Amino acid sequence: MSTVKITVIDREGEQHVLEAPTDMNMNLMEVCKSYELPVKGTCGGMALCSTCHCYVKTDHELPEMSEDEEDMLDQAFFVDDDTSRLGCQLPITDDLDGLVVELAPEAE
Amino acid sequence: MIETDILIIGAGPCGLFTVFEAGLLKLRCHLVDSLPQPGGQLTEIYPKKPIYDIPGFPDILAGDLVDNLMKQIEPFKPGFTLGERAEQIEKLEDGRFKLTTNKGTVHVAPVIAIAGGLGCFEPRKPPIGNIAEFEDKGVEYIIRDPEMYRDKSVVIAGGGDSALDWTIFLADVAKEVTLVHRRTSFRGALDSVEKVMELNEANKIKLITEAQVIGLNGKENLNEVVIKHKKLGEMTQSTDHFIPLFGLAPKLGPIAEWGLNISKNAIEVDTFDYSTNVDGIFAIGDINTYPGKLKLILCGFHEATLMVQSAFKIIYPDKKLSFKYTTVNGVNGFE
Repeated sequence: MSTVKITVIDREGEQHVLEAPTDMNMNLMEVCKSYELPVKGTCGGMALCSTCHCYVKTDHELPEMSEDEEDMLDQAFFVDDDTSRLGCQLPITDDLDGLVVELAPEAE
Repeated sequence: MIETDILIIGAGPCGLFTVFEAGLLKLRCHLVDSLPQPGGQLTEIYPKKPIYDIPGFPDILAGDLVDNLMKQIEPFKPGFTLGERAEQIEKLEDGRFKLTTNKGTVHVAPVIAIAGGLGCFEPRKPPIGNIAEFEDKGVEYIIRDPEMYRDKSVVIAGGGDSALDWTIFLADVAKEVTLVHRRTSFRGALDSVEKVMELNEANKIKLITEAQVIGLNGKENLNEVVIKHKKLGEMTQSTDHFIPLFGLAPKLGPIAEWGLNISKNAIEVDTFDYSTNVDGIFAIGDINTYPGKLKLILCGFHEATLMVQSAFKIIYPDKKLSFKYTTVNGVNGFE
């Protein structure tokens, strides 16, 4: 089983280095939840809730944003046009090794 | 006052199926939901998404599953209180529960089944520090009466269908309508987008894209919004109303105040019958938690089925209950 290392900065500024498997069909939201980080993932990964909104801090090549993801970010808050992504739309692949993301603040 | 055997809070798939299983035991049900239509998340969030893990259905659209459930429970004549939020529960002297909604509708039942899913859907509120101070003093998250905007100036924020539709509608009513949106493109229906563009070109509305409302000013009532544009920076605009339309998000809401044991936004239950720590109150579906819990529709159906057995014993403590297959007895609905 191969894994990649991903660093997640939580809302208190603490860094967590996660080992994410590339062969379990997981996305970043699910990995965060499996490590019990405070990511709700309310909609289950359909890009329909924005509770896994995060800021990408490294210049990794990421999958293009889908219309669904763009649309959901329209309803989210604290959106940064250049770095905001939904964790559930980032599948764990070898390309993500070394990725650093920061969890966006929770909206009310 | 509405009286029933099992009062179900939440008309999502799990709440709806409870009506069927309860009906087989000759128990009547009434459902309360804050949304104006049954189906919960399936109808509100993803009606057109296929679901692949409903046993016996290789795939089914969420909206179709709700339609099927409504058809399946029809013989048991459930009652509905829709568009009202279950607000308060109290125990009556006769041992039954009295549930009052935010609109004052009173329901009385010996058993309550909370099938509240993720909670009640409420408008997403933008994180502007003082927004609560201006609620109903210029800030509204839902448009209840469009007439209240007649000859007023209105700033709408958002990029979805409701933001576009209300911009179009209020263009003829309000003195001045400004639509503020984060991007240059909109996700709403194409003809609504075109109509908004036309209104903007004809100077009937003011469209500000690549911008967000980040501040609110006013003494008693709102009189100004602060808009931050991606390139032009901050600007202010005077307005009578600010209507942020960013969709709905679920919140546990008043359920959290009912004296139930809650862990991580979910109600703790005993897996024997999905009972909570309060006798007579059960919790099923996505809203409950127990070791090994999975938030799946099919698990909610199972929970509902076991739950009604205990509900029966609470409602008819002296009656014998025998388990029957629908293949033997069919479905005998209520008159």
